[in-house]
Amino acid sequence: MDAMDRLLLNRLQEGISLERHPFRKIATEANLTESEIVQRIQALLDKGLLSRFGPMYNVDRMGGLFVLAALSVPVDEYDRVTAIVNAFPEVAHNYERSHTLNMWFVVATETREQAEHTLSRIEQATGYKVFAFPKLKEFFIGLYLPV
Amino acid sequence: MNVDAVDRQIILATQAGIPLHENPWEKVAEQLGIPESDVLERMERMKREGIIRRIAAVPNHYALGYRANGMSVWDIEDEAVERLGQKISELPFVSHCYERPRHVPEWSYNVFAMVHARTREEITPLVEQILSIVGSHCRGYEVLFSQRILKKTGVRLQG
Repeated sequence: MDAMDRLLLNRLQEGISLERHPFRKIATEANLTESEIVQRIQALLDKGLLSRFGPMYNVDRMGGLFVLAALSVPVDEYDRVTAIVNAFPEVAHNYERSHTLNMWFVVATETREQAEHTLSRIEQATGYKVFAFPKLKEFFIGLYLPV
Repeated sequence: MNVDAVDRQIILATQAGIPLHENPWEKVAEQLGIPESDVLERMERMKREGIIRRIAAVPNHYALGYRANGMSVWDIEDEAVERLGQKISELPFVSHCYERPRHVPEWSYNVFAMVHARTREEITPLVEQILSIVGSHCRGYEVLFSQRILKKTGVRLQG
């Protein structure tokens, strides 16, 4: 990663505007061509420094739902339960966390009914109580990681 | 607010990332067989309606050295949640801040704020900054560190 990559990583986290040739402005600022910017982004993706470049869709606004949920799983059951939970395509992320509630996952679906249905299927399949934490209020979303 | 079949096609074509070209929207349009102006207009509308938050680079936290992520959870007096949630979310190291339901007796926390840093040690002073904001309106808090990523596919509509 060189100084130009760092500049692009910082600048591109802020986002591009919706227009034809969205990289033109950044290219001018960075004194590169648009094609060089695009190649740099591709290289950052290939190196795994970026996980994605594109629109951040908000499923809630499409009538869908994004529910955080947690399970309390005994250590000797953890791998088995992980496999069950991860096998649900509706599970977008799953993290082990340091707490009695030690498995935290997000269920993302296109409707509220699908989310509720998925959570109850996870409860049945794992045999453990699912604690659902649907959001009541969102204060802010976005993260800037300076590099 | 809703998305029609064409919007949905655009979402499916771009949710894993946009084509990396000088004009990505032309490529999306070609792929879907619709005019480029339609792609841009529909995306403009989705942006206005908050369906698209922004179009940007999603950094890989781990690869960039941000290996610690702490989910700080707070039991905050109901009448202070609105005001304090807003203040917490304005801190630059907080990536999301939500009010969520309690599950008493197992879980008494109603505000969740995700904190990112390079190491766990760096998380502690950041959480203390939140503590100084919530002060006496907070009845308790904890930080749940991530031990392991078990799955990370991100949100995907099923095509």
